[in-house]
Order: sequence, then C-alpha cells, then structure tokens
Amino acid sequence: MHKEATIRKPLVLGHKTFHDVTEDVCRPIESKAPRTWYILFAFSAIIGLYGIGCILYLIGTGIGAWGLNKTINWAWDITNFVWWVGIGHAGTLISAVLLLFRQKWRMAINRSAEAMTIFAVFMAGLFPLIHMGRIWVGYWVLPIPNQFGSLWPNFNSPLLWDVFAISTYLSVSIVFWYIGLIPDFATIRDRVKKPLQKKMYSLLSFGWSGRAKQWSRFEMVSLVLAGLATPLVFSVHSIVSFDFATSLVPGWHSTIFPPYFVAGAVFSGFAMVLTLLLVIRKAYKLEAYITRKHVEYMNIVMMVTGGIVAVAYVSEFFIGRYSGVEYESYVYMSWGAATGKYWWAFWALIVCNIAIPAMLWFKKVRTSFFWSWVIAIVVNIGMWFERFDIIVLDLHHGYLPSAWMMFYPTHIDIGVFVGTIGLFMVFFLLFTRYFPVLALNEIKTILKTSGESYKDGKATNAGYAVEDQHLAEKDMLKNQSPSAKKKPTSKEEIKSTAKGGDDNSFSTLIEVIGVATEQKDDLKELNGLGPAIEKKLNEIGINSYKQLSKLEENQNLNVLAKHLGASVSVDKLLDWKKEAAEKLTNDNN
Amino acid sequence: MESNVVFYAMYNDDDVLKDGAKKLVAKGIKVADVFSPFPIHGLDPIIGIKETRLGIMSFLYGLTGLAVALIGTKYFMIDDWAMNIGGKPSFSFLENMLAFIPIIFEITVLFAAHALAITYFLSNKTIPGMVANNPDPRTTDDKFVMELKLSENTQFSDQEIESMLMDTGIIELDQKTIK
Repeated sequence: MHKEATIRKPLVLGHKTFHDVTEDVCRPIESKAPRTWYILFAFSAIIGLYGIGCILYLIGTGIGAWGLNKTINWAWDITNFVWWVGIGHAGTLISAVLLLFRQKWRMAINRSAEAMTIFAVFMAGLFPLIHMGRIWVGYWVLPIPNQFGSLWPNFNSPLLWDVFAISTYLSVSIVFWYIGLIPDFATIRDRVKKPLQKKMYSLLSFGWSGRAKQWSRFEMVSLVLAGLATPLVFSVHSIVSFDFATSLVPGWHSTIFPPYFVAGAVFSGFAMVLTLLLVIRKAYKLEAYITRKHVEYMNIVMMVTGGIVAVAYVSEFFIGRYSGVEYESYVYMSWGAATGKYWWAFWALIVCNIAIPAMLWFKKVRTSFFWSWVIAIVVNIGMWFERFDIIVLDLHHGYLPSAWMMFYPTHIDIGVFVGTIGLFMVFFLLFTRYFPVLALNEIKTILKTSGESYKDGKATNAGYAVEDQHLAEKDMLKNQSPSAKKKPTSKEEIKSTAKGGDDNSFSTLIEVIGVATEQKDDLKELNGLGPAIEKKLNEIGINSYKQLSKLEENQNLNVLAKHLGASVSVDKLLDWKKEAAEKLTNDNN
Repeated sequence: MESNVVFYAMYNDDDVLKDGAKKLVAKGIKVADVFSPFPIHGLDPIIGIKETRLGIMSFLYGLTGLAVALIGTKYFMIDDWAMNIGGKPSFSFLENMLAFIPIIFEITVLFAAHALAITYFLSNKTIPGMVANNPDPRTTDDKFVMELKLSENTQFSDQEIESMLMDTGIIELDQKTIK
C-alpha cells in the first residue's frame, strides 16, 4: 500500500467516505439542473447556432467571406485553430503525463479536463474543414485510391501531418476518456431509479461489473494508453508548429517553434481548465475535491509553462534583432511590431502572457480562487493574441512594401470564432449535466492515502485506517492460543473456542455496561453494523442499545474491537455508542 | 446441486477484503472473483489472477502500425507516384523518410491505441448492450464483494466456508444457488 506523509495537504477534504464521494459526484446528475444551467445553455446554444449559420454561409459563399487579402492570406481561421488545439492539450497532459508521474491530484481534475480537451479539439478540427472551401471533397486528404491516376496526398506536407496528428490525438483522447468513464457510468447505472436513465447508463457503461480481472485490465490499459498519449501530446503541437516552422516566412521559420508551441499549448490548456473548473467547483459544490492545493498545483504548471513561453519570446526577439535581417525587424517579436500599427496586439501579448501571469509568483495570488480565475481568463486571451501575432503580424509586412496590408475581420470571421466558443460551451454544459465530472472511482483509491480522515488520524468512516489494521494483526498473532491454532472443523467448535478464549476478558466489560437484557434490540440498525458483527456481539453478551451506550473510551475497547473482526475500530465502537444513545433517547420520548 | 452454491461475502473496506482473502487462501480456499468499485492494489496475486498481457498486445499492434506506415509511405511517395519537389531526390525511401516520420509515428500510435482498446473491450466483455452481472448494486458504490464457489472448494462443506468467511470481518453474507 502506498504511504503518504501526513504533512502533505489532504487532496480530499471533509472526512469523506467512499459513499460520500459517489453521492457528491452523482448529485448534479440525479437532481434537477439549476436555472442558471438552463440560462447558460440557452445562451451558448444561441451563440453556437449563430456560428453554425456563419459556417454554412461561408461554405455556400466561399472563403472570400473572410477578411483575408493577398498579403494576409491566413488569419483568424488558423489563429482559432491553433488556439483551440492548444487548449486541447491540458486534458491529456493531466491524465497521461501526470498518471505516469503518479501525481494523485490529477484525479480531481482529469475527467473534466479531458472532456474539455475533446470538445476543444472538435472546435479546432472545424477550422481546417471549413478552410478547405469545398468541404465535400474533404476525403481527398486521406490516402485512398482515387480517380486522378494514382496521385496520393503529399506526405511531405506539414498540413497533411496535421490531419494525421489531430485525428489520432482526438480519437485516442476520446478512447482514453471513455475507458475511464465506463466504471463511473456503472456506478450511476446502479444508483438511478428512473427507467430511462437506467437504460441510458447501462448502455453507456457497456455492462461493466467491476470484477477483479476487469480492474486489472483497466489499470494496464490506462497505463499503456497514458504511455502512448504522452508522446502524442507533444507531437501534436510540434506538428502544428511545423505548419509555420517549415515555411520561409520571416518570423515563422524558427527552430524554437516546436518546444515553444507545446509549452504555450499547455499554458493555455491549463488556463482553460482553471477557467471552467473554478466555476464547476462552486456550481456543483465540489469544494472538497478541487481544493486550494489543486488550484495551486495547476498554477505552478502555468508558471512553468508560461516561463518557458516568456523565455521563447525573449529569444525570438533577440535572435531576430541579432540576425540583422531587415525582414526580421517587423516580425511579431520585434521592435517594429512593438511600435508599428499592430502595437496593441504586441502589447496585449506581453501584458496578458508575461506581466499578469507573473503575479502567480506570489503565493497569495496563486492560492486565491478568484485571482486564479481572473489570471486564467487573461491567459486565454493572451494566448489567442500570441497566435494572432504570429500569423497576422508576420504576414502583414511582406517583402514588398507596396504589399503591406492590415487585416480587418469580417462579421463572418467573428461569427465563426464566437460560434465555436458557444458550441464548446454547449458540449461542456451537457457534459457537466449528464456525465460524472470527477473520476469518482479513481478518487476513492486515494481516499485512504490523501483523504482528510487519514491525514488527521480520525478515520472512522471508510473502513479503518491502515495503521489500525497492522496493530490488530499484531495483537491477533500475539494472543493466538494453542487451541485456536487448531484448524476448526465445525461452526460449533469455533463458537466454543471464541467463548472459551474471550469470555474472561469481556466479563469485566459486561460488569460495567450491564448484562444482556431479555428484550433484544436490532443492532443491525446501527451504521455499518452487519449481521456478522451482531452475532459476535450477542455471543459475548451484548444485545441492547443500553449496553452499547455505556461503552467508554477508558475501557479496554481495543480488545472488543479486535474480537469483532477487522472491520471494527475503537472509533467505530464509539460511533455506535453515540448512535445507540441517540436511539435510546428517541425511544424514551 | 450443492456444487452450484455460490457465496457472496460483502465487506465495507478494501483492505479488510484483501486481508480476508489472504487468510482464506492460506486455508486453501479458492476465491472465484472480487467485485469492487475501484481497483484494489495487490489483490490480484492473492486470489491468483495472472497479470494481463494487454501491454504486450499493444506493443505488437504498434509494430503492425509501424509496418503499415513504412510500407504505405514508401508505396505512396516513392514507388507509385514520386513527387518532384524542387528537383530533390524523390526515388529513395531512405533519403525521403525523414519527412514521413511524423506520419509514421502517428500511425503507429493510432494502431497501438485503438487495437488495444478494442482488445480490452472484447476481453473484458464490456461491449455496448452487455448486461452487468455484479451481485449487488452497492459494489459500484462503496461495498466490496468476494465470490466463492463451492464447486471450486470441494474439500470444505458450506458450513465450514461460511464460518471461515464470518471470521474475515464481513458485513453481509449471501448464498445463492446458481442453476
């Protein structure tokens, strides 16, 4: 069993039991959605529908509906594409890379981060598709035998690499996400009462039963998929950066692009995760699972990746200037850009991506929910500007001054972009409504190492603490009498040995709490007390609430707890005492 | 008849179940299966579950993908229709392969991941439309159930098994006769 130092902050607050975790995560699915959800959903759906309208108009009319011109022949479309792909990097990074590094805090955020990833990559995938202009011949990018002799797609082209990278990333992410969801769907399936819901979730859960062998395979598949997804995450944005880095445009043909794009992608991805998660945390009352510590961890990842990005900016600026090439003097990271007509885009990037996230170096800021949220939104904006700057600023000053141009987006440009945000929100809102937003069964595995009960030594609910188990085992070995060592052959013999062995030790206890009454109480009504334990209690002469209510901490309860079996601890006995006392007072009233 | 009897012992803690299984197995009992809401680490060797070979399978699928990608790119770009790009050599796979590495990598991962997932679903018998057979709905929430088959433990009587289970800290015991 994994051991964790108690000075590490708990990852699950509030003394949760296994059942509490299930309850907390399933509550939003089982209860009615709040009005805010419907309002947000309607709002996002309207924006999304407007976006779809713009896309349809674009496909019907042609790419001319965008504000592109001869000089700036690639603008918001690719900006939005790279922005969305970048956002889609956090989910798999959290679930795959952090799984390989055994970071337990990932479990509270991986599910929603992965969902966000998938929806973001959907949105990203839209842009190359609509950019084809004639989307109905989109299958030409696939290497299938065709009617043009045997002309295959150009495998030398980074744009085709992109097709393969994005589609592999999207499909593998979906599979990874869904495999993790299956056991959680099974949990919901076994809880819901409404027949339609039951049917839906049994279909979604693929008939998962939670057998030991299934779990063993589950763990292996998660590990292998994480191992496969990790290089995939890095490859996707490297390949996206090749779209630029393999070209001959000043400001684009930069060997720093692949690592810098990957860092930027993780930066923006975590920003989006924080933006969404801090809202979910409040809206779905998941404060116990997404704690201040989680937010701090995420902010630290943002500090690191944001730092890498900042260093890349500085190096781009320096190398461009150092080269002495005049065409480099107005690329996106240059003095020309900072003072030229696009000064606002340049400074938006510097402020949003370097200056404001630098606040995260203060512990007060990075552990504040509100400021983390504000900074996350600022970073989202900054990362959009980064892509805009790289694309539009590098293009707007061509080699020929007579061709220098500005880019003005049309309302279709804006509509398509805003529409994708709307569609993304529609998907995400549906996800939070019908899917478990936390990996609830994964969280149960860390409850014993990182739950608050186990950190402060008050583990009374979910079974018992691991330390108690060792003590109980030691005591048991020590007290094993020769007669007990003999293999019991019948139930009667076990009973008699139990009686013979323990009667003396309990007689003092019985003297204090009183002898068994004629009227037997149903002890099974107490929380966590099963028939097996009741039977044992009856055997040693305890059969009423009155007796249980007289148990005291100063009595030797260890022995009793030990006798009752491994699932009973002293704390549990004291819980039963309280419950029994309550029952007695209720009965008397 | 009596060989169809199945015991379902329920625990409310994974460690108690693991300890119980250890004790039972030491006494020579064979545990048929365990149903739990989450993976219990260290349980598999106790109840005699062999390590899954899915990892090896994934590696083989990845090799298949690699082979497909190598053969594919060579056929498309070298043998069938060599593209003239700035007059650079286009008839040698070795010299052109560097440009295909991204594609080769993606196809390898694509094969390894998806074939692995399909194998996982088939071997797990988790396919859309399948019916779950966990003995108690609480086993996907907070309870852990150990399944013992009398037919696999013929050296013990059902009373013996029952009493042995009673000593492992169970909270409920269910006995079913499977037709």
